Amino acid sequence: MYTRFLTGNTISAVPQISTVWTWQDFWETIKVRWSVGRMNYSIEPGIYATGNPDGNSPVFVTANFKLTFDHVRRAITGMDAWLLVLDTKGINVWCAAGKGTFSTKELTRQIHRVELEKIVNHRKVIVPQLGAVGVSAHETRENTGFHVIYGPVRAEDIPEFMKAGMKATAKMRVVSFTIWDRLKLVPVEMAMSMKYLLLAMSVFLILSGLNSKGYSIDLAYHDGLRSVFILLVAYVTGCGITPALLPWVPFRRFALKGLLTGWLAGLILAYFQLLGHRILEINAWLLIMGSISSFLSMTFTGTSTFTSLSGVQKEMKTAVPMQIIMASSGVVTWIISKFITI
Amino acid sequence: MNGLVYLKNVVTLELDPEKCNGCRMCIIVCPHAVFGIENKQAVILHKDLCMECGACMKNCPENAISVRSGVGCAAGIINGILKGTEPTCDCSGPGSTCC
Repeated sequence: MYTRFLTGNTISAVPQISTVWTWQDFWETIKVRWSVGRMNYSIEPGIYATGNPDGNSPVFVTANFKLTFDHVRRAITGMDAWLLVLDTKGINVWCAAGKGTFSTKELTRQIHRVELEKIVNHRKVIVPQLGAVGVSAHETRENTGFHVIYGPVRAEDIPEFMKAGMKATAKMRVVSFTIWDRLKLVPVEMAMSMKYLLLAMSVFLILSGLNSKGYSIDLAYHDGLRSVFILLVAYVTGCGITPALLPWVPFRRFALKGLLTGWLAGLILAYFQLLGHRILEINAWLLIMGSISSFLSMTFTGTSTFTSLSGVQKEMKTAVPMQIIMASSGVVTWIISKFITI
Repeated sequence: MNGLVYLKNVVTLELDPEKCNGCRMCIIVCPHAVFGIENKQAVILHKDLCMECGACMKNCPENAISVRSGVGCAAGIINGILKGTEPTCDCSGPGSTCC
């Protein structure tokens, strides 16, 4: 649990927090993005104060994931406000709302637990819009008497939202997915499937030594390192290139986008003769690279902000069998190519 | 539009105009501006932009909206199949988060 943001002061018995990021906060943000020790980044749920709030100050509801909490407290710098942190098990608002931890039930529980009606005179709580996936405004009102006002999607728009009298513009209500948003998510995407990449690399490194005369350490070294490099390119293409270029890669299905980028990457490698000199081996690599990039691009549906469950299920019905057939025939062809000189 | 549109004609979102009281909650909570207002009643303007998050259904006081909500996540769907549950977000098990 993090406590470094506490100033040590209390406002009517509520702990006051700082809205300024320290260098550690910036450093931890980078670490979180790379999935390093992510679950340690939770905040003690409950009520906090920024500035010197009183009974008329606004109440902002947020999740207890440090990155989320940090963005909210930075956004409300200079404001006198209350911050009600729900117990979302260290997960951001949108995902927690989807999982049911950022919920009507938890919001009701925290409002009762901190006795919010004694802290503020008004009966309004500002909930981030994406929390609406888990919170029901009318049910919260029935349970607690508090009106849920949905704030902007992004914490950075809070000052403007407040200035406009708690009104969000149409733009503040929409989830964007800019190239910068996508690039920020690439490291996590890479870290998630890293262990499978390392496993595949080791298998190919070992199998690379096979040839018609038996096994050659020398071959394992030369062909093996080349295999490792090819796998790395396919992996980066699926986890990084497809997400970065998402709107510009043709096709709506992520698996097809990935197949295309995987093959383009393969053709570039083939041009530089990195896929070997034999037709069989080149074909094997194109099958393998296409299937890896296709699969990894397809998993980016989970990170993207606009894919529906029905859509992903429809896409997977054809994509997964295609990927399995391509990957297995690719590996078999590659092994055969070790013994035949075509 | 910013060019990010997913598959066409797959979304399960339905709105019952008979029940709608025009409170605009669906317009407020929708992250993809799927809804609009016509004659003081909500209408679905851009169905293919819906990501089935379920926020509108949850916040409609008249129960006028139905959608099969869930995670539009390939890893989550695979996970659900492996565990024999609904598609779930806990892709890497306890101790990590996926989104």
